[in-house]
Amino acid sequence: MSGTENQMTGAEIVLQALKDNGVEHIFGYPGGAVLPIYDEIFQQDEIQHILVRHEQGAGHAAEGYARSTGKVGVMLVTSGPGATNAVTPLQDALMDSIPLVCLSGQVPTSLIGSDAFQECDTVGITRPCTKHNWLVKDVNQLARTIHEAFRVAQSGRPGPVVVDIPKDIQFATGTYVPPSMVSSQHVYEPKVQGDLDRIREAVALMQGARKPVIYSGGGVVNSGPEASHLLRELVELTGFPITSTLMGLGAYPASGKNWLGMLGMHGTYEANMAMHDCDVMVCIGARFDDRITGRLNAFSPNSKKIHIDIDPSSINKNVRVDIPILGDVGRVLEDMVRLWRASAKTVGKEHLADWWTSISKWRARNSLAYKANDDVIMPQYAIQRLYELTKHRDTYITTEVGQHQMWAAQFFGFEQPNRWMTSGGLGTMGYGLPAALGVQIAHPDALVIDIAGDASIQMCIQEMSAAIQYEAPIKIFILNNQYMGMVRQWQQLLHGNRLSHSYTEAMPDFVKLAEAYGAVGLRCDKPADLDGAIQEMIAVKKPVIFDCRVANLANCFPMIPSGKAHNEMLLPDEATDEAVANAIDAKGRQLV
Amino acid sequence: MNAHLQPTGSAYFIAPETQVSESHTLSVLVDNEPGVLARVIGLFSGRGYNIESLTVSETEHQAHLSRITIVTRGTPHVLEQIKAQLERIVPVHRVVDLTVRAKDLGHERPLERELALVKVSGTGDHRVEALRLADAFRASVIDANTEHFVFEITGKVSKIDQFIAIMKPLGLIEVCRTGIAAMNRGPQGM
Ligand SMILES: Cc1cc2nc3c(=O)[nH]c(=O)nc-3n(C[C@H](O)[C@H](O)[C@H](O)COP(=O)(O)OP(=O)(O)OC[C@H]3O[C@@H](n4cnc5c(N)ncnc54)[C@H](O)[C@@H]3O)c2cc1C
Ligand SMILES: Cc1ncc(C[n+]2csc(CCOP(=O)(O)OP(=O)(O)O)c2C)c(N)n1
Repeated sequence: MSGTENQMTGAEIVLQALKDNGVEHIFGYPGGAVLPIYDEIFQQDEIQHILVRHEQGAGHAAEGYARSTGKVGVMLVTSGPGATNAVTPLQDALMDSIPLVCLSGQVPTSLIGSDAFQECDTVGITRPCTKHNWLVKDVNQLARTIHEAFRVAQSGRPGPVVVDIPKDIQFATGTYVPPSMVSSQHVYEPKVQGDLDRIREAVALMQGARKPVIYSGGGVVNSGPEASHLLRELVELTGFPITSTLMGLGAYPASGKNWLGMLGMHGTYEANMAMHDCDVMVCIGARFDDRITGRLNAFSPNSKKIHIDIDPSSINKNVRVDIPILGDVGRVLEDMVRLWRASAKTVGKEHLADWWTSISKWRARNSLAYKANDDVIMPQYAIQRLYELTKHRDTYITTEVGQHQMWAAQFFGFEQPNRWMTSGGLGTMGYGLPAALGVQIAHPDALVIDIAGDASIQMCIQEMSAAIQYEAPIKIFILNNQYMGMVRQWQQLLHGNRLSHSYTEAMPDFVKLAEAYGAVGLRCDKPADLDGAIQEMIAVKKPVIFDCRVANLANCFPMIPSGKAHNEMLLPDEATDEAVANAIDAKGRQLV
Repeated sequence: MNAHLQPTGSAYFIAPETQVSESHTLSVLVDNEPGVLARVIGLFSGRGYNIESLTVSETEHQAHLSRITIVTRGTPHVLEQIKAQLERIVPVHRVVDLTVRAKDLGHERPLERELALVKVSGTGDHRVEALRLADAFRASVIDANTEHFVFEITGKVSKIDQFIAIMKPLGLIEVCRTGIAAMNRGPQGM
């Protein structure tokens, strides 16, 4: 082997390292500080670059790509404004545990610190919104840094990382080392195998339970398809009821007989009551978020709690648990299922009969009910029809943020993991459209629908142009209620229905907007026409913006008002105007 | 018209805190690489934890490892969270709560020492008194002319606090303290 064999320019190293880490698609936007890398992209065709219209779009597209495939999403941005535009998706990925590698250009090393043109302190700005980040100052460290970036992004609790590469490093020549040849720079090695004694203890507790509930979360999806499979097996074996967070939807099928629906602020009555009254709670890859717990000192007061999580900082953070099990969901469930089986002869499911009777009573409250209407499309009805007309297809759903997001979570039945892409932790309006683009790039033949709100959709609408360019036939299904519905609902609940700046006076004509981009625009405002219009949307082989005109003032129920406990939910049939106005007291008003 | 509302304490459902705050000393072993201190400090400021004292220096040159000693204050739950959050930082190798460890080992506290440089200026009686006290505190003179002394003093924080307090009326000019260096008693490492 000659000494010069692995000599490459920094830009070549970047492309080689991406290929060696299995990358097929990157989402990016060019600029002065990344031109050498773009030049390399131009001269190869193994990796496809998707040109977005705004770096935020690149990030969310990479997130959608990652969440729908289980792979690492990759974005590429220039220095300065390119990097600062990437901050929102980085924080979004951090909060939702999405593996993302962001490569950013930087001014040449000699100019760093001189307030050079388009210079910003990228590693400084992105330090708190990444798992880790690097500024590469030596071309011979570039390959190893990129390999390390991929490793860190996907190991343990997944998350975003940034590799900041000065322009002179992209031009400089150095040695390329493949991933197999580098030992990792850091000791970072999260524990994946759970402690067997703890798992045994957990199984014993579960076998003695009379009122158990499984509370699963995004960690099951993060762990991979096998974890969802094992979760289903565990539910089948134990006969336990199961609920999930927004992030975990699909890990257990919505059609499964033990399914209680989503829990939390907008979760079902049965899920929240089961959480409140249970004697044993099994939390699997979820993080006791404040949307879940409601008032902490009233959260599931009489239960013993088991918590499986790969991140030690998630354990005992908000809620103290009795049996913490540190490890990967898949590995831990494997042991749990095995141990349960080994002692299964002694435990039946009969002793859960009373518990299931209570659950049936809660279910009978029908907490997702809404008043049907023949003249205006109810938003819930729109989601139900969308679900019925797409459930037999290979469908992926993304969302924006607001009421439509919650209705999608409540009324769209997810049967598989990785089919539901939503911004849960950060709640980023503008996430859904670019995320749909990313999903469609990964799954070209699938039906990808962004369930959107009329306000959110305007935050990253520019990516319609990218969808057209890459012939990504994403469907933007807008529940158009003319309001920032979620904000309006809170103003009604908290601020005497003074609707300060939550009504959009000058709404664009979404049909014309679609046409301006070269997409197809559809509009529907009659319940009777809805099915036909949805079918038309599905049939179109191009991007579509569907302007679904829905009831303007519908509220999203059930709802646990801020500062209240699980058993103090506001149910749709009790939500009279007066009850809504008085639902939250002065103390709860301070909360978000 | 919302004036009757309490000022917003926190935006989240944080249950009223019933535990009492304690001061703990943490030892954090990290890769000595750019930005590592910023990561640690950023964690404390970003999550609203306190830093009462912080020292950092490379302790194992060959392995490029630095040891950060942080004195922080919080309830046992918060202290547990701080440790878990620190352990999550990629270049962090190990985090030991020395205060907890000391208790496990049967000691009241870990060994904690600080060094301070104390400049005092004065003439006549004040000068004599300063020198006499320095001697009593085992502070050594590392610079002097006819008008001033610079004392070097090491010891427990309380001893240094006391020394500085005493020097105040005797012409204290400036003080520089290193922050706390700490480890536990006994043969074992961290
Ligand atoms: C408008 C709005 C309303 C919302 N309302 C609700 C609501 O009503 N109900 C609701 O549920 N959510 C709601 N959310 C979402 C909420 O804010 C949180 O994002 C969500 O509840 C967090 O889900 P999770 O607990 O599953 O955690 P995630 O954020 O998905 O975190 C995953 C957890 O699993 C761990 N983990 C990751 N990988 C693994 C692995 N391999 N093995 C083991 N553990 C792993 C992580 O360490 C982490 O603790 C709402 C969001 C918005 C924007
Ligand atoms: C970037 C960003 N800014 C502000 C918010 C606060 N916010 C949450 S929901 C919402 C309104 C969303 O309105 P729309 O997209 O029309 O959805 P709807 O609630 O009407 O379904 C706003 C402004 C946010 N989540 N994200």
